[in-house]
Parts: sequence; structure tokens; C-alpha cells
Amino acid sequence: MKAKGRVFKYGDNIDTDVIIPARYLNTSEPKELASHCMEDIDKEFVKKVNPGDIIVAGKNFGCGSSREHAPLSIKTAGVSCVIASTFARIFYRNAINIGLPILECDAAVQGTEAGDEIEIDFNAGIIKNLTKGTAFKSQPFPEFMKKIMAADGLINYIKAKS
Amino acid sequence: MGMTMSQKILAAHTGLDKVVPGQLIEADLDLVLGNDVTTPVAIKEFEKTGKSEVFDKKKVAIVPDHFTPNKDIKAAEQCKMVRLFARDKEIENYFEVGEMGIEHCLIPEKGLAVPGDLIIGADSHTCTYGALGAFSTGVGSTDMAAGMATGKCWFKVPSAIKFVLKGKPTGWVSGKDVILHIIGMIGVDGALYKSMEVMGDGLKYLTMDDRFTIANMAIEAGAKNGIFVVDDITLEYVKEHSVKDFKVFEPDSDAEYDEVYEIDLGTIKPTVAFPHLPENTRTIDEVGDVEIDQVVIGSCTNGRMGDLRVAAEILRGKKVKKGVRCIVFPGTQNIYLQALREGIISDLVEAGAVVSTPTCGPCLGGHMGILAKGERAVSTTNRNFVGRMGHPESEVYLASPAVAAASAITGKITDPASVSSARK
Repeated sequence: MKAKGRVFKYGDNIDTDVIIPARYLNTSEPKELASHCMEDIDKEFVKKVNPGDIIVAGKNFGCGSSREHAPLSIKTAGVSCVIASTFARIFYRNAINIGLPILECDAAVQGTEAGDEIEIDFNAGIIKNLTKGTAFKSQPFPEFMKKIMAADGLINYIKAKS
Repeated sequence: MGMTMSQKILAAHTGLDKVVPGQLIEADLDLVLGNDVTTPVAIKEFEKTGKSEVFDKKKVAIVPDHFTPNKDIKAAEQCKMVRLFARDKEIENYFEVGEMGIEHCLIPEKGLAVPGDLIIGADSHTCTYGALGAFSTGVGSTDMAAGMATGKCWFKVPSAIKFVLKGKPTGWVSGKDVILHIIGMIGVDGALYKSMEVMGDGLKYLTMDDRFTIANMAIEAGAKNGIFVVDDITLEYVKEHSVKDFKVFEPDSDAEYDEVYEIDLGTIKPTVAFPHLPENTRTIDEVGDVEIDQVVIGSCTNGRMGDLRVAAEILRGKKVKKGVRCIVFPGTQNIYLQALREGIISDLVEAGAVVSTPTCGPCLGGHMGILAKGERAVSTTNRNFVGRMGHPESEVYLASPAVAAASAITGKITDPASVSSARK
């Protein structure tokens, strides 16, 4: 599995309240949620994001609420992967459970700027910054989580198992 | 090497004698919880599993508390979807408006969480039940769906940080000040992926309400769960509220902890978290002059009887400052009723506060007290992120019920000792 796109870069502790503000949680319709993605921190995001683009952020990405609407809005907005130094734990499992690819790689975060073009090889765990001509190796996921992601989420994984 | 409390509970629910940090396990659940925001997504996922029944009608709880009583048509539709699902699947622990409360106040009150339980909830503050010696953690809607379908959940076994509490809190200091102090010390990712295990002689000075508040905000330090060792105060609460079987787990004497913090409760001062992170804490003497527009007292963090009693004690016979809105949210219908019977509600209303039905309301910027651009609130809730209570340019200062009530009187963030003599 591969991904390629331009980088939207954010700082540390990006919380789920700015990823999808609670005032929009009176719906669970993915497209409507996606239309407000990142609204309280970056009003331009939904206007500029293209399918395949990549969010790169600092530590503790997705902290706060357990709302799955957060990774769902990011996935539906067309983002192919979120790379962060670390993820808050509920966001981490939600992303895996809904099949939004995520990678923990602080070096890639430090070595990437907004607008850079990035290519990711998920099987090899390699993040290439095509703009800067650099490459980074991310932490590999345990086999169990790879299986969930390969099934495009936990529910498909459970169905296949039973 | 022995196991922590959290590891022992996970091992017991996996049928293993021992688990180690980092191990991936699939564990049996005692309770699966959801609310009106997270359950609609879970229902859609549950339906994809093809299951016609939930794994156990007694072990699923659904509490519509976030946008209830329904704040608008969309919220009403979400609640209707949840209600029909609960009816169709014969969920025994579905709580309608009139019998509901804020989920994390309600579940312990109904006796649905007891020591040794393994609980997941599609709400990040599910970690609250750790106060009872349960392993309880917040998850997403898909985990809730899978939990309802299979009665199981996958976990990565966490390592842990130990907090040894000593001494006795002074003056108006409460559980809220203790947890804000801890988050200020270790940061909003200080316990990322880990358990926070709380023990020590100081526990005897912390009421169950104090402990619920502390466990509730473990997530604000990034923790997977917060958990207290079980003592007589816990057992008394369990006896009063629950008929469920329970099991007390204690950490092994040689359990390994990544870090150990000793905290003297006697040295903690009233503490306030400034915008926009719960780790931005200052003690009350360092706050300076911060004028406010709104005070919120309530929520899953501080909406219990002890919290309302403190607020009433400070506001009784006094007035909310003209121009300040003071909004009080009892955590459950029972708490509301008890507060009525104790005269707390009349004290608060006479002081100029408004009292709402139980709801998450303004805590997450839902309804019942949204902030305009540039407005500031002192709130007993749990998060002060950008836009949390309304406009992205509004501000939330997190504090205890005592600080919040004192601030309502003066219109700026205030040391409760300056408006009311210390109670302890």
C-alpha cells in the first residue's frame, strides 16, 4: 500500500475539538463532518485539501474526546495518512479501527514543512520527502494492527474472522 | 516482576495468569457504554457486523446526555436513532431524559461499575470508574460496536505511573485541585498510553466524589486509565449503590512502575488551568486579575453532591456579580433531587445562579451556555481547548467548584478563602 500527497503541517496537542468541533456532532454523516474538518485551527484546510494529501503534526495528535468523527472527517476529507511524533491513544485506536492510515515518526515530522510532497510505502514503513529528497523509517505496526488496517477496519476484520 | 492493578484486571479478563506491558490481548468486557453522539456511529458499524443481538443485554449501557434534552432537530434525530436501537435490542440500561444523568455520574450511581470490572465506553471520560478500582477506558464508536457485537475488545497492555498520595488537603482544596496539580506536573501527554495508579495514606481524606474527579481527568494527562486502590470508602460506596459481584485487585508488591510520584496533599493549593491546555496550571495566588463572563459548575468531572454542596456553601446568602452568568448542572436526576431536598437548589437560585437539568451542555460547546467571541468562563469541566465551550476566540479556565463559586461572586478568578472561611 502506498500514499502520495502534499503536506498540511500542524503543531503539538492537536485536539479532537479543533479537528471536528462539537457543534457539528449533531450529525454522523461523514461528508458533512469532512466539510468542517480542522475548521477551528485552519479554515483553509477544507478548501485546499486534495485527495491523497497528508497531515503531519507534532506530539499527542488527536488528544481529548473519543469522537470517532475526528478520524472519520479526516479520512473523508481525502487525507491518505496522518504522520505525527505521537498520537493520543483513543485517536490512535480509532484511526486503526476505521482504516485511516497513521504513522508515528518524529524524524519525518521534524524534516517536513507545509506544502512538501511526500510518498509513503506502508509495507516498508518508508516516508520519502520528494521535495527535499530525504527519507525516514517509521515504527512498524504490530501484525495484529496491520491485519485490521489491511481489512480496512475492525468491523471487516471481525466479520472475516467469524 | 509482578503486575500493576490494571495489568491484573486485564489478565483476569483474558484468562491469562500474567500479561506484560506492550502485549496485545483480546479481553472480555463487563460493560460497554455509549452516548447520543458516539452511539449513532456505533449503530451503523454494529449493523455491518450482521449480528441481530448485542452480546449481553445487561452489559450494554446507553445514556443520551450530550445534546439532551434535544438541542435541535439533528440532535433529536440522533437521540431517536439511539432510542429505537435500545428498544429493538432490548438494552436494559438505556436511560431516557427524566431518568438519565451525565453518563459518568450516572453509571456508578446505578451500581453498573464495581471494583475489578473491565469497562469500555465510547466517551473519553469513561476512565472515571477507575475511582472504584475498575479498569475503565474510553474508546471510539467502532470499538463500542465491536464490543456490543462480541463482548470483547483489543488492548495493548499498558505500563503504569504510580501516584502515592500523603497528607491531608487543607482549606477548599478538593480532588479537582489534586488532578490539575498532577496534570500541571506531568503534562497533557505525561501518561500517554499508560495507567495512572493512585494509592497511599492520603486516600482516606479523599471522598468518592474527589476520586471520581481525579480518575475522570486521567485522560487529560493522556492516560489509558486512572485507577484507585480499593479501601473502606470505596466498599461503602459499592455497598450503597450496587448488587453486582465484584473483585478487589491490588498491585503486586513487586509491580514495576515507569515512574513514582509522591504527592503531599497538604501542600496543594487551589489550582486553575489557563487556556488552552489542562497542563497550563497556576496556583490561585499566581492567577492575577482575570475577569470572567460565565461560571459553569457541573459536568462529569464536578457535577456530584459534594461539588454542589461546596458551591452552595460559598454562594449561600451572597449574590452572583451583576453581568456574570452562573450556570449549575447537577450530574443526575438523583443528585438534582437530593440538592432540592437539602435546600442547595434554592440557595443557588437565590444567589442568582441558574440550574439546568443534567446534560453535558456547555462543557463541549453543545448547548446551554455557549461563549461568544472574546468571552471567558471559569468552569469545573475538564477541557479548555480552543473553541471547547463556543467561539474559537473564547477562553475556558478550569477550576474546582469552590474557585468557580467564589469567582461567580466577584466576577474574576478568586481564591475561595477570600470570600468564605475555610471549611476543613
